[in-house]
Amino acid sequence: MDARLNFLEAPIVPPAGDEPPVVRLRHFTRRFGDNTILSDLNLDIAPGEFVALLGRSGSGKTTLLRTLAGLDSAEDQDVTVPNSRAVVFQDARLLPWKKVWRNVALGLRGGDIKDRALSALDEVGLAHRVDAWPLTLSGGEAQRVALARALVREPKLLLLDEPFAALDALTRIKMHRLVLDLWRAHRPAVLMVTHDVDEAVALADRILVLDAGRICAQDRIAIPRGERGELARPYREKFLRILEGSAPSDAVIPFPAGGHQ
Amino acid sequence: MSVLQKLAQSRWFSPLALLAVWEAGSRLGLIPERTLAAPSAVAETLLGMLTSGELPSNLAVSFGRVLSGLAIGVTLGIVLALVAGLSRKGEAAIDPLMQIKRTIPTLALTPLFIVWFGIGETPKIALIAFASMFPVYLNLYSGIRGVDLRLLEGARSFGLTRAEQVWHVILPGSLPSLLVGLRYSLSISILVLVVAEQINASAGLGYLINNARDFMRTDIIVVCLMVYAVLGLAADWIVRTIENRALVWRPSLVKA
Ligand SMILES: Nc1ncnc2c1ncn2[C@@H]1O[C@H](COP(=O)(O)OP(=O)(O)OP(=O)(O)O)[C@@H](O)[C@H]1O
Ligand SMILES: [Mg+2]
Repeated sequence: MDARLNFLEAPIVPPAGDEPPVVRLRHFTRRFGDNTILSDLNLDIAPGEFVALLGRSGSGKTTLLRTLAGLDSAEDQDVTVPNSRAVVFQDARLLPWKKVWRNVALGLRGGDIKDRALSALDEVGLAHRVDAWPLTLSGGEAQRVALARALVREPKLLLLDEPFAALDALTRIKMHRLVLDLWRAHRPAVLMVTHDVDEAVALADRILVLDAGRICAQDRIAIPRGERGELARPYREKFLRILEGSAPSDAVIPFPAGGHQ
Repeated sequence: MSVLQKLAQSRWFSPLALLAVWEAGSRLGLIPERTLAAPSAVAETLLGMLTSGELPSNLAVSFGRVLSGLAIGVTLGIVLALVAGLSRKGEAAIDPLMQIKRTIPTLALTPLFIVWFGIGETPKIALIAFASMFPVYLNLYSGIRGVDLRLLEGARSFGLTRAEQVWHVILPGSLPSLLVGLRYSLSISILVLVVAEQINASAGLGYLINNARDFMRTDIIVVCLMVYAVLGLAADWIVRTIENRALVWRPSLVKA
């Protein structure tokens, strides 16, 4: 098969950058009652790294993301996240009683708030809708507003929870381009939850697979983003085999892997 | 289609027909004046009461009572709902009392209010205030509790302080409920006004009606009933106007 897939079989070591990771979880555990959703989970995300998180429904992806977003308390646990972070949820969660630009400006501190909101909206191509009411936006437009609202804060960590799941295929591809452009311009670390292997392959530097409460596999994609067209299918098969437990054991890469740390 | 045919199909037909039958009945002596005055007589009385200033001055008195009662009641309702809706302690302190009160019809308290406050203006205003407080309280409280948690969480994820969350999310989110409560409060306040003004009033619409009853002036009674109806319509119009302005963002009201 494609030689470029070989690295999937070898332990992947996150590049030992000079900068400390922006996200660092060690032995993180999350329970709801007797239900252990995440157990002993370790995760590092480097500054500016684009990470996709795959996993079957109910595997705890949203739970993990909520922890990183600071929406669930993680008392007494070894969790490091940057102070400046922003979330884009699957539903845009715009306040319907605030005009689009005021939604983007929500909670901004400092001067020229309106100018900052307007230029963020301009970046996502919605300069003409700044005075619209959110309920008059299409789903794709609402998600772009949500992206603008997240990015206007210049977060060090951008959390995306299946942000494009509700969009049609064409709009989704457009949104992928937009997200990549924005990511290149602002360079936040990104953790994107998705069900869509194609999406993960197209966008991410690194793909994580969450299963049974921990990161059960991960892979770094070194190929430039434009040349990943034929990569999605083998990846999908790979991840399916990992989730079914029939993948060769060295494809399941415990984290932290290798000599990192 | 002839004018008559058109009229027969319009929504105005039955009320107009009723008026015509009523008028004809009065003219033919089928409906005695002391049972019900003829529409023409009512119109005449209305004009007379307007020009003499009798109606405007009494209306102003009643209006003042509703307004003061509402101002007190609605303010109290809003404050209590905010306290109960925004804090657990407030909820524990206030909500049980409010739910108990809900089981007692306000008008049943009239005798007690007369004992406490006498027969002057105070019991009238107090009754209106007391009655109009509850719809506002109940609706605003449940509105605050029903605010979309996902929106609140979104706001929280952007680092809004608790005060900012209340201001940007909870209050605007519960505004539609508050307006529903306000609408009920307005109509209840007029209902209570009617009863409260039966308490030994020396001015106001209720006073006019009581006087008219003693002299069997059905024309004046009908005029006052019409004024009550107009008050009710005006109250509805006021809330509708507020809604149209405050809730422009709602889909049904958003213009393309
Ligand atoms: N507040 C909660 N209380 C109890 N159980 C919860 C709560 N939140 C999540 N769970 C449970 O935790 C598990 C993981 O949920 P989570 O939303 O993280 O899954 P997910 O991986 O995001 O799934 P999906 O892909 O369907 O969104 C589920 O079984 C869910 O029922
Ligand atoms: Mg989820």
